[in-house]
Amino acid sequence: MNLDLILGILQIVLIATTPLVFAGIGELVTEKSGVLNLGVEGMMLVGAVSAFIILVITGSYFLAFFVSILSGIIMSGLFAFLVLFLMSNQIATGLALTIFGIGLSSMLGKQYIGTPIDGLSPWFFVIFSFLIVFLVSYFFYKTKAGLILRAVGESHNSAHALGYSVIKIRFLSILFGGSMCALAGSYISICYAPMWQEGMTAGRGWIALALVVFATWKPERVLIGAYIFGGVTILQMNLQALGLRFPGQFFSMAPYVATIIVLVLISSNKLRIKLSAPASLTIPFYKGR
Amino acid sequence: MNSLFPSIVSRSQSSGLMNFFVPIISIVLTLITGSIIFILLGFDPAYALYTFFISPISSTYGISELFVKATPLALIAIGLSYCFKNNIYNIGAEGQLTMGAIFGGGIGILFHDTNAFWLLPLMIFAGAIGGALWGLIPAILKTKFNTNEILTSLMLVYVALFILDYLVVGPWKDPFGYSFPKSRPFSESGRMPLLFDGLRVHFGLIITLFLIFVSWFIFSKTIFGFQLKVSGYSPKAARYAGFNQTTLVFFAFAICGAFAGIAGLAEVSGPIGLLYRDISPNYGFTAIIVAFLGRLHPIGIIFASLVIALTYLGAEDAQLFLQIPSAVGFIFQGLVLFYLLGAELLINYKLTYKKLL
Repeated sequence: MNLDLILGILQIVLIATTPLVFAGIGELVTEKSGVLNLGVEGMMLVGAVSAFIILVITGSYFLAFFVSILSGIIMSGLFAFLVLFLMSNQIATGLALTIFGIGLSSMLGKQYIGTPIDGLSPWFFVIFSFLIVFLVSYFFYKTKAGLILRAVGESHNSAHALGYSVIKIRFLSILFGGSMCALAGSYISICYAPMWQEGMTAGRGWIALALVVFATWKPERVLIGAYIFGGVTILQMNLQALGLRFPGQFFSMAPYVATIIVLVLISSNKLRIKLSAPASLTIPFYKGR
Repeated sequence: MNSLFPSIVSRSQSSGLMNFFVPIISIVLTLITGSIIFILLGFDPAYALYTFFISPISSTYGISELFVKATPLALIAIGLSYCFKNNIYNIGAEGQLTMGAIFGGGIGILFHDTNAFWLLPLMIFAGAIGGALWGLIPAILKTKFNTNEILTSLMLVYVALFILDYLVVGPWKDPFGYSFPKSRPFSESGRMPLLFDGLRVHFGLIITLFLIFVSWFIFSKTIFGFQLKVSGYSPKAARYAGFNQTTLVFFAFAICGAFAGIAGLAEVSGPIGLLYRDISPNYGFTAIIVAFLGRLHPIGIIFASLVIALTYLGAEDAQLFLQIPSAVGFIFQGLVLFYLLGAELLINYKLTYKKLL
């Protein structure tokens, strides 16, 4: 193996994994506050399409990412309103958000399929993805606000009794998750692909959800997990390109099968999951009378 | 004087009346939001709503198409209610549907030149087995390895779709199909009989109604149905009563998978007649909405499946006559679920205005 080839593959892995890191770390913060948002895929798609449309119309990369993140905030705000104020079932609401996001993104993007754009260099975002993971880790374990957020996720009643606003903290965590998912989506449609296609996130949102479990809710491990998944994806593409006499569909399934296997390996230790998952995850907070 | 905003007060008992009204409220709110969307897109809302919800079912053919679409939705939704009643979140019905189509369709391809009375029953049976086996994977992973069924059942959807894709471009490709990615057509006796001449509504509807009736019986008249309900409401009480949670998870997944598998087989042996890539327009995912909208109740699911089937037909007509992308159907489906989940608050809580003075 020559060095150039190895460096080349490494580059591709870095570029392909970055959206998983963004979406994974966003969802991790949401889950740490005690809320499970299954709408990741939907928010990523809406983020991707809104960035793409704004870029085509205005030609400004800044505006494209800005509007995309705004779309993530609006989508996750809708989710937050339902699960926090109307105390709806988080799992069903997240699914609704994904279905709604799939519909909204393909409707908005219909006339933009096949529109060419100049892709943006991904390297800023690749570096930013590492940075954000370490920032989140610092926030959780070195700041008081991070401690409060984790407390809300572990026991909302105790946090409430200590005078912290459970609803406000969860709201902000959900919005952070939404904006990160939208960023992941816009990175895919503007840097990684760069184009718009219906359902172009191809299940990455769900893999991001699996990453959080894989990471046992620890920020740095999201990075490790994301690179394992990213590596498997690129490996299957390369093996496929080498023309192995093996049907391509079996390579294409590899990331999903790998996700299942990794989830099984991580979750089979019941105690570890029980100790690391936020204790209030998916439990609605009702202040009572 | 009363305060401006209502405050939310827990009900001592969930409201049966609201349980009935909440789906209706959510449909009405969806229609209002839909009108607003149509106005924003620059359409006369009355005309757009007519095109979406009335004109698709204003002919006999349209009504038949409504039942063609509602058949798989209702069948999968009633299967899902075995899981959801017990708080098992199987969201991989689309994969179980695909596996049912593969198993049942495989029999159809194997006997493509056989005409015999036993062929269709055998295909239906194989479809049920295929779906149930695919459903049992997340069940085993959940009970033996403590793995979250939401993610595993969903990942298996992608795996099933790739297997189908492999089969129809590879070993099962029609040798006379000009290399199109599709299988041989099934023989005449491998097809669902049509209920009326010239209409596409097929025997799958009868199977669906029968299985809904059976499920109603199981839910309301058997100990198994009671166990499902109890362990959904209170897992602790169920454990104390000695119900075996592992068995319940297995049964719920197997039944749901089998129903989704039959739905998949009914699609390929009904309207389609062979195997190819896109056998289902997301029926497995949309059925989740049907199950919730029907409040996991057999009668409710029948009505909900018709409502959601209408969003499929309406979206097709909207694309044809208004040039609105058919994805608008998914938007309506998402909206109705949002409103439903939001309005569910009214079942367990009530809104009251606090007296300020």
